[in-house]
Amino acid sequence: MSITQFLFYFLTVLALFSAVMVVVSKNPVHSVLWLIAVFFAISGHYILLNAQFLAIVNLIVYAGAIMVLFLFVIMLMNLNASTEPQKNNWLKLAGVIAGGCFLMVLVSLVKQANELNNIAVTMGTGEIGLIKNLGKALFNDFVVPFEISSVLFLSAMVGAVVIGKKA
Amino acid sequence: MTLLAVDWLLIIEKLILIAIIVFASLGIALYTTFAERKVAAVLQDRPGPNRAGPFGLLQPFADGLKLIMKEEIIPTSSNKALFVLGPGLAMTAALMTCSVIPWSSHIEIFDRKIDLQIADINIGILYIFGVVSMGVYGMMIGGWASNNKFSLMAALRGASQAISYELAMGLSLIAVLMLSGSLSLKTIVDGQMAAGSYWNIVYQPLGFIIFFVCALAECNRTPFDLPEAENELNFGYHQEYSSMKLGFYLFSEYINMIMSSAVMASLYFGGFDVPFLDESTLAPNIAAIIGVAALLTKIAIFIFVFMWIRWTVPRFRYDQLMNLGWKTMIPLALFNMLVTGALILLKAGV
Repeated sequence: MSITQFLFYFLTVLALFSAVMVVVSKNPVHSVLWLIAVFFAISGHYILLNAQFLAIVNLIVYAGAIMVLFLFVIMLMNLNASTEPQKNNWLKLAGVIAGGCFLMVLVSLVKQANELNNIAVTMGTGEIGLIKNLGKALFNDFVVPFEISSVLFLSAMVGAVVIGKKA
Repeated sequence: MTLLAVDWLLIIEKLILIAIIVFASLGIALYTTFAERKVAAVLQDRPGPNRAGPFGLLQPFADGLKLIMKEEIIPTSSNKALFVLGPGLAMTAALMTCSVIPWSSHIEIFDRKIDLQIADINIGILYIFGVVSMGVYGMMIGGWASNNKFSLMAALRGASQAISYELAMGLSLIAVLMLSGSLSLKTIVDGQMAAGSYWNIVYQPLGFIIFFVCALAECNRTPFDLPEAENELNFGYHQEYSSMKLGFYLFSEYINMIMSSAVMASLYFGGFDVPFLDESTLAPNIAAIIGVAALLTKIAIFIFVFMWIRWTVPRFRYDQLMNLGWKTMIPLALFNMLVTGALILLKAGV
């Protein structure tokens, strides 16, 4: 087993275990911390695919900024295991069925996608994830969608400021 | 020597390098605490610690011993796992930065070229940025797990302060990236060392000031040390901590200081470059040693400035801190970024 394979399996197990722990944890703060572990594992996968920029941006944006805000809200509302509302069993059953259906749709989609058939993932190769190539692709081939999404971000920011001013 | 398709010599080389750099950082941090007390003493016209050893030089070891020997108290109503995790996270995040800083050029031992940088990754600065954003968790988790209202308030203050100042810091970094055209710290330092080019501080004075202020805020140094404002929050986010766990929190602050000084030296002051000296004419090993000495000198100067500010400037009020971050630093950083971009385009003759 090469070191890449070893890392792949390690990160996969870590990601899946942490993801399960996010759902299973009774304490919301623990859930958030496990979710951060998931982001770390996924960033590790990005690095294995030679997409270093994506990996670090994933960490900065999701693990570094968004999850801090999650923690903020949970800590300020003082949610913990005892105050978490207990859902009744019917609701849990409905959740399991809905989630299972969604999983089935996703799996069948992946299975049928033509691009994914007969293609093995090659680790550590591919240059598109490096910042130079990514930047060139974003600013040459996809410049209009990129700019539109930046306008979207700007409007979201303005909206947040307006709401903040009202309160 | 390859087994399992791994170059074991490289791994051994890197492990030794990591060990040296981590222990050196810890050692320097140890004496930074001593320097802090001495600088404070000089600024306040008193002798400072002078009992343990000649000139009080053994004082940091005495302090460390005291912290280790103290009784370790974990509050009964705290979240025990997270309470222990907090200081560890703070320390890890502080030490992780050192892996992308180019400490010097390379040395040659037995015809083997060894770079004095643990990892020259092509996203070096973003890596530092990512690690800095992780540093918040040590504070937040520690503050929350203590199950103390003051700790929680301090942790929330600290986290919001860190996030606010990260933004301006990132924006001032973008201007440096535009100049050097690379995210790798090694390339940025090499660009400043090249003949005929100046240190980035010449091109980016405003960017440096913004970065410096943000670094002060990120390290929770006065005048931005609101997470540990004693008169409002008793002691801040580490109020419930005792013994070496408290020591880890206090110590990680000093390591953060060293690392941010190293980053500032690399980004704006030529890293391990000695001014008016052409390193390429020297033997590589001598040049490497001179480089390390130069970088350490720059770090020492920055640390002194940090301390000087701490013992001179009073603490900000919290709303002043937020106003400074959002209404002064970010617009200034945006302005700096626009001007830099415009000048680069003008120079390129577009």
